[in-house]
Amino acid sequence: MNSVDRVPLLSVRNITKKFGGVLALDSVSINLWRGEVLALAGDNGAGKSTLTKVISGVYHPDIGNIEFDGKKIEITTPAVARKIGIETIYQDLALSDNLDVGANVFLGREPVKRVFGIPTRIDRPFMQSAAQKLLENLDIEISPTKMQRPVGLLSGGQRQAVAISRAMYWNASVLIMDEPTAALGVPEQRKVVALIQRLKKENVGVIFISHNLSDIFAVADRIVVLHRGKIAGERETHKTSGDELVKLMVGGAP
Amino acid sequence: MTKPPNYKDVEDIQTRISRQLARLWSWIFLAALIAIFEIWARVSDGSSFAFNAYNIQSILIFAASPLLLGLGQTLVIIAGGIDLSVGFVMGFASIVMAQVMRHLGVDLPVGFALGAGIVIALVASSIPGFINGFLIARLGVPAFIGTLGMYGVARGAGYILADGATVSVQDDWLEAFGSGKIVGIPIAVWITLLVVLLLHYVLSQTRFGQYTYAIGANREAAKRAGINVTRHTVSLYVISAMCAGLAGVLYTARFSAGAPQAGEPLLLDAIAAVVIGGASLFGGSGTVIGTVIGALIIAVIQFGLVFVDVKPFWQFGAVGIVIIISVLVDQQKRKFGGRA
Repeated sequence: MNSVDRVPLLSVRNITKKFGGVLALDSVSINLWRGEVLALAGDNGAGKSTLTKVISGVYHPDIGNIEFDGKKIEITTPAVARKIGIETIYQDLALSDNLDVGANVFLGREPVKRVFGIPTRIDRPFMQSAAQKLLENLDIEISPTKMQRPVGLLSGGQRQAVAISRAMYWNASVLIMDEPTAALGVPEQRKVVALIQRLKKENVGVIFISHNLSDIFAVADRIVVLHRGKIAGERETHKTSGDELVKLMVGGAP
Repeated sequence: MTKPPNYKDVEDIQTRISRQLARLWSWIFLAALIAIFEIWARVSDGSSFAFNAYNIQSILIFAASPLLLGLGQTLVIIAGGIDLSVGFVMGFASIVMAQVMRHLGVDLPVGFALGAGIVIALVASSIPGFINGFLIARLGVPAFIGTLGMYGVARGAGYILADGATVSVQDDWLEAFGSGKIVGIPIAVWITLLVVLLLHYVLSQTRFGQYTYAIGANREAAKRAGINVTRHTVSLYVISAMCAGLAGVLYTARFSAGAPQAGEPLLLDAIAAVVIGGASLFGGSGTVIGTVIGALIIAVIQFGLVFVDVKPFWQFGAVGIVIIISVLVDQQKRKFGGRA
């Protein structure tokens, strides 16, 4: 980040979230800067996914607030988050298995043809060709017949590509990726890493969640480690080591 | 991109044929049924089953009411729900219409009582639909239980409004509406056709339809995609109830009387039509055209068995067997991931 850029792109302040008696997030604060890849690391149940769901409007924090570009915002629903420019690729992909690739990419924001200003039909050919282009960009091949079949029939890597294309299409300024490489083979993992590096150049802020330390070291500028809902530590990638991160993740003193 | 298209994920011919067969099976089944009855008619007395205006008309009338109940139901089932209240909502609407027309009397200007009866009955039918939707989408009551409760409530309300009996109406306009035909086809059938076209368009072409499929497949994903799942679900139950209300209106017009039990025997036929038409009770799949075929299959079985002089009780078993077959076909279809 450069010194002129004093206002973080996204600033999460003192977020606390309880589920019944379980304290999932305990006063967590993070900043995300333009063109930065911030990795969230932590063991299962550390609160990584909960934190991303608070930012993407799926959960509402009990305490705390979020600022976007220096302005306080209320992310009440996922639709609000997407409107602001926060796109999320969820760990469970969140695809509609019965809809085709184009329909999934545009789900919730379908382009609609208008007759005398009145919205009528969904523009399926447009969705189809836009989706095709996105996939080509990601270097992922899906045959034209499969493009028109439900995504439930696609392979894990292809489905992941659909989820990524969905987030890419809208030129988000913040992109949250929850375990984006989990379902992928090695060549596809490399493509995702290359993609993140490209987004970084385009000044997108990326929050990257992964179990895979080598992925984290490959793309992250900064690493925040969560442990049992609290921030256990924050490190710049080039000043830390795998051993140190693992210690933080399991709650041992560094 | 100069690379020739060399996709590794092309499906083999066998899968493709199985998928098409699974998709078209209800059409094939309907054609086979008609063929069987046709042969029967030719062999037994040289008459025709299918090429007979009276038979066609009877089958269409047979099919219209369960189809109307099934149309709204199709949307609800695609979204992963079920609406058990439609039969008695139909009866309730039929009584509301009859009572409104009776109380308004015949002194009113031409057709006013009829118009008011239709409008008030349709509005009244939307109320149980709204309550169903609210219970299910907002309060998290399982659809099966919530609409079963409404089944009882609508039934009770219908009988209370009717004071336990049928409510007959004397009105020339009502009679003209109920027995009227346009190009030889009853008005009720035309109205049903109109609803078919409208809902087919909505389901297959609009965002509303797309969200219905999305919610049925993955409710959480739909929510995260920014779809207002609660509001959408409520609208679906309102549509289902209003389709039932329309069936009630057509019932009152056809018999010049309202009856609280008007739709009682139709509930299972309606759900059967949806399932035979290829919808999955797990949600996420189904089409309006499929439901139309399903309703026609049931009507052809029911009318056809009477036509060939089989005791009418056999038709219950016959329809039951078709339902079981269609569920088996649906399970096979899942393997090929067919949506339609």
